[in-house]
Amino acid sequence: MKIRLLSAVTAALLIVFSAGSLQAEQKEAYHIGGVFSITGSAAWLGEPERNTVKMIAEEINAKGGINGHKLVLHIEDTQGSNTRAVNAVRKLIKKDKVCAIIGPSRSGTSLATVPVVEKAEIPMLSCAAAASIVNPPEERRWVFKMGQNDSDAVRRIYEHMKKNGIKKIGILTGTTGFGDAGRSQLKELADKYGIEIVADETYGPGDTDMTAQLIRIRKTDAKAVVNWSIVPAQSIVPKNMKQLNMQILLYQSHGFANHKYAEAAGKAAEGSIFPSGRIMATETVPEDHPQKKVLEAYKKAYESTYNEKVTTFGGHAYDAIWIIAKALEKVGDDDPEKIRNAIENMEFVGISGIFNFSKDDHCGLDKDDFEMITIKDGKFVVLGQ
Amino acid sequence: MPLKDYIGFCILIALVLLMPHLVANDYYLGVLVFTAFNCLACIGLCLLMGYAGQISLGHGAFIAIGAYSSGVLTTMLDWSPWTAMAAGALASMAIAFAVGIPTLRLKGHYLAMATLGFASIIHIIAVAATEITGGPAGLLDIPRLGLFGYSLDSDVSYYYFAWFAVVAGLYFAFNLVHSRVGRGLRAIHGSEDAASAVGINTNIYKIQVFALSAVYASVSGSLYAYYVNYIDPGPFDVMHSIVLVTMVAVGGLRHLWGALIGAVLLSLLPELLSMAAAPLKVIGIAYKPDYDILVYGGILLLIMMFLPEGLFAGLASASKSGTAFLMKLIKGGSIVRQ
Repeated sequence: MKIRLLSAVTAALLIVFSAGSLQAEQKEAYHIGGVFSITGSAAWLGEPERNTVKMIAEEINAKGGINGHKLVLHIEDTQGSNTRAVNAVRKLIKKDKVCAIIGPSRSGTSLATVPVVEKAEIPMLSCAAAASIVNPPEERRWVFKMGQNDSDAVRRIYEHMKKNGIKKIGILTGTTGFGDAGRSQLKELADKYGIEIVADETYGPGDTDMTAQLIRIRKTDAKAVVNWSIVPAQSIVPKNMKQLNMQILLYQSHGFANHKYAEAAGKAAEGSIFPSGRIMATETVPEDHPQKKVLEAYKKAYESTYNEKVTTFGGHAYDAIWIIAKALEKVGDDDPEKIRNAIENMEFVGISGIFNFSKDDHCGLDKDDFEMITIKDGKFVVLGQ
Repeated sequence: MPLKDYIGFCILIALVLLMPHLVANDYYLGVLVFTAFNCLACIGLCLLMGYAGQISLGHGAFIAIGAYSSGVLTTMLDWSPWTAMAAGALASMAIAFAVGIPTLRLKGHYLAMATLGFASIIHIIAVAATEITGGPAGLLDIPRLGLFGYSLDSDVSYYYFAWFAVVAGLYFAFNLVHSRVGRGLRAIHGSEDAASAVGINTNIYKIQVFALSAVYASVSGSLYAYYVNYIDPGPFDVMHSIVLVTMVAVGGLRHLWGALIGAVLLSLLPELLSMAAAPLKVIGIAYKPDYDILVYGGILLLIMMFLPEGLFAGLASASKSGTAFLMKLIKGGSIVRQ
């Protein structure tokens, strides 16, 4: 009896050890962190981002990984809160020993985590938009940004207004990091395009009615309204405008470029105009456009895997994980410094545009990576130039 | 201070010194630093709630005042972090007097209402006064705290510093509680009429302890700002004030140790739950952070139902009856032997 037990234990140990030695022969995995606001008020951002990085990591691993190294993802949820984001990033760096971080989803959480990654010297590819995430570049050595610049979105909107003879506008911005950054860009660039802001209103991310602000805009001679926010509250603005029977044009930010927001606004969003990455109107991108193939591949893969529509936010995560993967492939190991340098010198055709990183530009996108889009019969359609 | 509390201090200090050797990595140390901030705010809140019998639903606002004073004065006016922290504490004290003097003269829970409104106002100012507070985009590049020319750069050094602040704050609070003022406060909690009948100036006592608890909150906010190096209005909303009240209530209103235990427990709970998620997954339950709030609610409900005096009082009475039972057993045993 005792001997049988002993031999069983020896056999088990042998199996364990041999499995261990087998694993040792395989190349060490690369650990990548993801910090997204998967739950909470910005869940519509974080969820597609998490889904996307999972999907791409599986795709890469199924093809044998990067130079034979598998990717291991460590995903954390910030719930949109700064303290949680800081903790999550520290956890990824100190506990999971990741070589690069994707996220966070929001401007506020990204800014809160900048000092952490700068000190730990781990590259972080934020999926948010605010320009201050990567500026000033000398203090943001380790931070890159996948979201298009707010200033470029504002430029596209103002160009469209100029072409359509709109000179006086009312702006309505959300009191979040994203909304506030948009507000300051709208105010800063207005003069350059000969546009006058005659009303400047704000709303909170939890607000459920913007009638009061819209009435104040209606009292002025504004010829268009710009609605700038990233959270679901923004979908109430088109509805309120319809209820108030306001006929003037509604412009929205690239933060509106999500089918869920458009669905929430329903019929009221018809005809509103906003800048967006090309992923939201993949079908209407010309065949010879360099992004066309990437866009179609991502859209098809995402929609068939998760049975829901692609978003620009998921696109940011797609760009981030591929940029990291390309950097890992190029440098051949997971040294954060080498990865950072590889990203800084990279050119990458992605979902949000054609990235051209440099020492002074850790965003790498410009205003041509936006298209002006309108909603027609519930569909996103690219406006003609 | 009774001997029991000295023993408590020894245990606390021993735990604080031991923790960095027990926890596996800096990440958990960081969690413990945030725990220390909550402890500091809860000690102050406990003085107000447990000893003076007043509820403040606006302590998040005093944390915000501390954090923003530190953030604004250091980044925009280049003040030293220490003077900025002191200025924040003074500002909090002044505001506490301004809010407390009219409301604390009234009997009943007027302070709770006033502070709830006050917390909303401070949050709105933090969001809307973009030129000063940075608005929703927040304040960047807040400096680290330095001590004797040595920057508290590492997690370990900030951990020791933050918990030193907790121990010092707790020691001060204990001394206050066991002084004439503390006895006066207890009398107010028991019966305000009786207290004023024996010659306690109840108004002044209540206002002073409210201002003191505001200073505790403000210092904890400043320490938060220096640790994270970035602040925005997010963490200082009304919900945070309510979480603080919950921490004190869960641990036990009537005792400072209770507030400390409540703060530690509820600060660590999200971590414990996320740790529990892995074994739960093995048995087929997918635990999501969404459920945290349900667990909080459940814990609060259970404690209010079965331990209305809080965890600390509950544990104390349990240990007392346990010892009594043991004594009985020993006695009974010795009788049988005889």
